[in-house]
Amino acid sequence: MIGLSRRRGVIAHIVLIIGMLVVAFPIYYTFVASTHSLQTILRPPLPLLPGPEIFNNYYEALFGGIGRIGGVNVWTLLFNTTVMALSIAVGKIIISILSAYAIVFFRFPFRMTFFWLIFITLMLPVEVRIMPTYAVMVNLGLIDTYTGLTLPLMASATATLLFRQFFLTIPGELIEAARIDGAGPWRFFKDILMPLSRTNIAALFVILFIYGWTQYLWPLLMTNRNDMTTIVIGLKKMISFADADTQWHLVMVTAMLAIIPPILVVLFMQRWFVRGLIETEK
Amino acid sequence: MATVDLKDVRKVYAGNVEAVKGVSIDIADGALCVLVGPSGCGKSTLLRMVAGLETITGGTVSIDGKVVNEIGPAERDIAMVFQNYALYPHMKVYDNMAYGLRNRGTPKDEIDRRVREAAETLELAHLLDRRPRELSGGQRQRVAMGRAIVRKPKVFLFDEPLSNLDAKLRGQMRVEIKNLQRSLGVTSVYVTHDQLEAMTLADTLVVMNAGVVEQAGAPLDIYEKPASTFVASFIGAPPMNMIPAGGDGHPEALAGAQTLGFRPEDARISTPAGEGGLTLAAVVEAVEPVGAESFLYCAAEGQHLVVRVAGRSGANIGDKLTVTTPREKLHWFDKAGRRVSA
Repeated sequence: MIGLSRRRGVIAHIVLIIGMLVVAFPIYYTFVASTHSLQTILRPPLPLLPGPEIFNNYYEALFGGIGRIGGVNVWTLLFNTTVMALSIAVGKIIISILSAYAIVFFRFPFRMTFFWLIFITLMLPVEVRIMPTYAVMVNLGLIDTYTGLTLPLMASATATLLFRQFFLTIPGELIEAARIDGAGPWRFFKDILMPLSRTNIAALFVILFIYGWTQYLWPLLMTNRNDMTTIVIGLKKMISFADADTQWHLVMVTAMLAIIPPILVVLFMQRWFVRGLIETEK
Repeated sequence: MATVDLKDVRKVYAGNVEAVKGVSIDIADGALCVLVGPSGCGKSTLLRMVAGLETITGGTVSIDGKVVNEIGPAERDIAMVFQNYALYPHMKVYDNMAYGLRNRGTPKDEIDRRVREAAETLELAHLLDRRPRELSGGQRQRVAMGRAIVRKPKVFLFDEPLSNLDAKLRGQMRVEIKNLQRSLGVTSVYVTHDQLEAMTLADTLVVMNAGVVEQAGAPLDIYEKPASTFVASFIGAPPMNMIPAGGDGHPEALAGAQTLGFRPEDARISTPAGEGGLTLAAVVEAVEPVGAESFLYCAAEGQHLVVRVAGRSGANIGDKLTVTTPREKLHWFDKAGRRVSA
């Protein structure tokens, strides 16, 4: 944005700030609620500034009684969710980069058929095929396992398509130069394709990690035991129907805790993430 | 060191497009053979078949007496320089040059020695730690050359390597490639569409058109005795003038000749043509002074001609001139465009 006048800059900032407030306020309010005692929360109005209970609340949520969420502490839930988000992100990237590699660089019978089969699955979200997938998982005895939690979510048409589009932009001469340099299919993949895909992989990792972290319906179906469930489901289970029984201050703390890991991933990978989205130089 | 022999090489693409229609060329050990022709004449396809990047539909390609039709590009012991350099963008210059050697399992100190030697030759020594995108076009070109020479291959293949450089750099790199090729003595095949590049580089020049070899031989032989109207108009800039034979002031045509050709530099103005020479009445249409010489664009007998005169020309647009050419400088071609000799 070169040559923007000062006035337009001010207007742009006002719009951005309003947008920020709309997005940030609920999160801020969650934070505020996580720093007050249950009594303060239940007695409206809720204060707009953080309260004095911050250390107590967080200490209790992190190190307090074990049986807080159906007999499981928050560390187990965070661990489960991390396993799930990481496996989905890494698994999806591995599967889709390999399938895109096969589809773009190899000539085999029914190549385009396979491509279209993958493409068609884009139109079927997890929710649509959830009953048959669930039935398969039950028959395989994968309920309450990490495998059952992650495997069905790994195949990804979106990521395959993304890698395919990127691979198609790699100049033919580069592939030929590698062939003349004696790089076989595996070496070409490892030495040339992977390093060139670094930024794409980073961007995808961020997106997929958050996708895995925020899964709700699938872990809800797949886990019966409380020690196998994720933090999102844990949050849900902490809220009981009778409002007075719900430990709202701890719910708020847990919600804050659930937000932190995705934020860290975004922060750490931001540089790569942005580059992956905008980079055009090959 | 090796010879390269092509025997009746053909390439048919899916859909029965015949790109190369039976080409036979023998390239001597250490020679630089230039394939030249207009776009789509099959010269690049031919080169890629020698490289092993395209399958060969018919005929045989031999390197050093051994048929390589079924051998992959890495095992043919060739190195190729591409038009867009095809450097690995994520690797440093050093690694770009070392990559092929590493894949062959060359010992580390040997790789290091060869890369530094090549970098020295190509004046790249101070750039070894850079990445390709930090280099200028000419430097990238050198790295591409370096990647080829560290391998010490039997054959160098060049696919229009200078076409992305500006004119000045192109001239400079042309000389360097020639010197390098001569000092290394590696048999080379060089593809270009630039006839000047072709003339200056080639030991053997192969002029191709529509998938066949129009003429092969030493560059000056081809220039002096073009085998067809196609070669005559393709080699030489500006191209040879062609007019239908048998007009006023024309010498007696050779048997079967239909077209008469003469080069712009062989034409004279207001000089008697001599016995059996050509005399034309022409009108100047444009004058193009380029310094050491000037080109006069003229019209005669409804044809457009170019006449080269040394230095500055006094001619102006609209001037009437007598253009003559001595008999020994005339070229004759038959109906099919083939050369007719006396």
